[in-house]
Amino acid sequence: MSTGASNPVAVSDVVIVGGGIMGTSCALFLRRRGLTVTLVEQGLVGQQASGTNFGNVRRQGRPLMQLPLANRAIANWRRMKELVGCDVEYLQVGHVRVCYRDRPELVDELERYAREARTYDLELDVLTGAAMRRQFPYLGKEVLAASFSRNDGHANPRLVSPAFARAAQRAGAAVFEHTRIVNVEKDGTDFRVTSEDGRVFRAPVLAITAGAWGNRLSAQFGEPVDLTARGPTMCVSEPVPYSIYPSTGVFTPLEQETVYFRQIPRGNVIIGGGTRGPAYPDLCRAYVRPENTLRQLGQIQRLAPSLGRLNIIRVWSGIEGYTPDGQAVLGASEQVSGLFYGFGFSGSGFQVGPGVGETLAELIHTGTTAIPLEAYRMSRFAGSPAGMRREGLAR
Amino acid sequence: MVEPRVVVVGAGPAGVRCAEALASAGIRPTLVDENRRDGGQIYRRQPENFARSYAKLYGTEASRAAAIHSSFEKLRGQIDYLPQTLVWNIEGRNLYLVRDARHITLTFDALVLATGATDRLMPVKGWNLSGTYSLGGAQVALKSQACAIGADVVFAGTGALLYLVAAQYQRAGARVRAVLDTAPWSDRVGALRDLFAVPATLLKGLLLTFALRRAGVPVYTGIEPLEIVGTGAKGVSGISFKDSRGRTVDMECDAVALGYHLRPETQLADLARCEFYFDPATRQWLPQVDPDGRSSVAGVYLTGDGARVRGAAAAEKSGELAALAVLQDLGRAPDLDAMRALRRSLETFDHFARGLNQAFPWPSGQAARLSDDTIVCRCESVSVGELRQVVQQAGARESNRAKAFSRVGMGRCQGRYCGHAAAEIIAHAANVPIEKVGRLRAQAPVKPLHIATVQNADEARSNASVEGVR
Amino acid sequence: MGGRFVRVGEAGRRVITLSVDGKPIQAYEGDTLLVAILTSIGNLRTSEFGDGLRAGFCLMSACQDCWVWTTHGERLRACSTVLTEGMTVSTQQPEGTWSNLE
Repeated sequence: MSTGASNPVAVSDVVIVGGGIMGTSCALFLRRRGLTVTLVEQGLVGQQASGTNFGNVRRQGRPLMQLPLANRAIANWRRMKELVGCDVEYLQVGHVRVCYRDRPELVDELERYAREARTYDLELDVLTGAAMRRQFPYLGKEVLAASFSRNDGHANPRLVSPAFARAAQRAGAAVFEHTRIVNVEKDGTDFRVTSEDGRVFRAPVLAITAGAWGNRLSAQFGEPVDLTARGPTMCVSEPVPYSIYPSTGVFTPLEQETVYFRQIPRGNVIIGGGTRGPAYPDLCRAYVRPENTLRQLGQIQRLAPSLGRLNIIRVWSGIEGYTPDGQAVLGASEQVSGLFYGFGFSGSGFQVGPGVGETLAELIHTGTTAIPLEAYRMSRFAGSPAGMRREGLAR
Repeated sequence: MVEPRVVVVGAGPAGVRCAEALASAGIRPTLVDENRRDGGQIYRRQPENFARSYAKLYGTEASRAAAIHSSFEKLRGQIDYLPQTLVWNIEGRNLYLVRDARHITLTFDALVLATGATDRLMPVKGWNLSGTYSLGGAQVALKSQACAIGADVVFAGTGALLYLVAAQYQRAGARVRAVLDTAPWSDRVGALRDLFAVPATLLKGLLLTFALRRAGVPVYTGIEPLEIVGTGAKGVSGISFKDSRGRTVDMECDAVALGYHLRPETQLADLARCEFYFDPATRQWLPQVDPDGRSSVAGVYLTGDGARVRGAAAAEKSGELAALAVLQDLGRAPDLDAMRALRRSLETFDHFARGLNQAFPWPSGQAARLSDDTIVCRCESVSVGELRQVVQQAGARESNRAKAFSRVGMGRCQGRYCGHAAAEIIAHAANVPIEKVGRLRAQAPVKPLHIATVQNADEARSNASVEGVR
Repeated sequence: MGGRFVRVGEAGRRVITLSVDGKPIQAYEGDTLLVAILTSIGNLRTSEFGDGLRAGFCLMSACQDCWVWTTHGERLRACSTVLTEGMTVSTQQPEGTWSNLE
């Protein structure tokens, strides 16, 4: 593997490695700030977690510390057409999370979260009994309470990252797909980013937004993260009359019970959640386990029994990167100046994506941001035996 | 010694001969089939209370059909037969089935996929109108339900099946308005040498054409379909096409049967992670298979039209050969001479299949000439123009990427009827060789899976509480 | 139009009645649901996406174009469903209330 010619393919203010929603939105926001940008992606933009996730665009249920970022993001979701120039099927039709009768204590948790979230401008209504049944007539008998976030919604993940990438390109960003980065290093004041086929990209700033592959790059700067790759269990029904508007899911401590669904105007019902499946970043493949689909479909009938009438026509998965504490690594590296991170969103990155991109761009451009990023520091993993045992780090 | 568990999927000619050969060797295979009765498509059986004779139903193939059905009857006691059972997924050595609204898992030591084929379609404007059927569909209506798809039927497309079904309709007393073959007569002449590999079949084909003409059915060759005319409310009312001299011809009809050969049903092979390769002769992706039927995955065998479309007679031999390969790989010495003879005989069918492809080629060039407002994906009503747009404006140059952006292939049929044409359209719009466009990756379930079937809410609740808190 | 399919044989079978869009129609024992419907009327369902009526396509459980709604809100694939006495189907999409808990 050559370390690259002395004539790099591209020199820019910023190189971004990883073309999911984080990287593509960051590219657009950097261009809007007048910085030159090169975005490199190993496959096609938005092909992994950003394109295969459930599509929830919701703040409800996020740990409170994520809400400033989520609020920034929602402002961008609401103006997506203006930002990227096309429809990404964002619908602000609300988000519902329910708890079951067998865990009545969860109603208190829903109500407590609703109170606390108010300080972050998230308005939630917790409904039970007849009022709940009237507003959400599709919920199963086991459902005890429903917390409704009227200003949340959903969008089509397949369209979003490619839309950001095209908008960034129209704004002057250079986007290279089928460009897998194998080596990153700082060479004087510049970062030198080398692809598998020997092309070199240089910039004084490097942003690593490479999802489940993020740690392979961060480790090269001595900042490994214990990332686990997992695949969401997804399926979709045939199209049926559009009648369920909010995205709906179960609030429960059990992973198997944590299922959710959303119907789109075309009529298909998308189902996600439950047990995740195996994902293979080396192969860029993730597989849905049939047992997981079966369990998921059993659980979805508890949440909304009428879905039992429908047929599912397709399952799919993708590759998501999970950190040990389920929070992303986001912000400036404390070890290497000019190095920024935005990966490890642990299956919850879609909604915050446009906020992450905007925040990273702001941070890169001005050196500061109003969004509190302490909880996302890479250095919280320093000193853990993280790097040593992860496969894919040793090369 | 533990009995090996062998599962055969598909009770058509390949699956039946495979199960028969396994049973003869002392193995009790499980034979799974989606239909209510055995026979597959070509030897599809009519309902029990129907009275038509085999000669009436199967014509020149009557004795073969009778032999297959009778072999199956004799086999019943030696196999575990699961009819009306869908294999919807596979993981490692586990098969996932659904039957009678219940979920079944089968573990296998060897799996033989004899999943058959369906029609290969090239869209034409208006093919989404009610009254348009595949050639296979038109044949099923007649063979297994004693119905014609309309009062005045046009048969269009190419291939041996085109003439066969039209002749069957004509013989059954249905009105065949015309037969429209996209293949020019010269292609057929050019393929004669390979077609002579199985002279009996060649002769049957020529006789069919002759019989149609003698009955006064207009037969056009070298045509290009332009439009199936009609309305969304009333369906098909006619067809418009260019004849071999380039003149536009308009015909009235109330049904069109359309098809261009067959394409193997390979979804289970794909889910089993079998390797595929691109076949330039037919411009499609096919699962890799050795001459005996071994796929690239140990323990998984592919046979009959579900592996390579070579017809029913070949399927019988292919099924038997696959059984012998299973036995060989299980360490039970099969008759090697028999295997050699079967392989040789299958080579003959390969020649004939090549000849058919040459005589009746897939009309790949039509894709580029389809109007933007032609529907390519019937399930999702996506037009050719919308597909071209995602290639040209969104940069999608590969089948799965184009599917993600345009929804082509996302419908209930999961790309069975649009996938090949979509690849041609993408290749042309992106100006890349069709091989580079790839193929639609199969995703489970192989056919729509009823949600309430698989695990009901009570099971789900009790399973969840057993799991414990995270 | 009346029926789309034309019977060319197998007369004399036992008559079975079904209901389509509230109207009784007659068919025969041994018919699939698809044939039972299409020998009386011209279509099975309405396309979800505005391009008109559909009447099946492949008749061999491959195209999935013949799924119909029963009046109880259940789904049946018409070409592979054997007709039984008293089936009630609708060629129209059900109302949005299909999703309500009964």
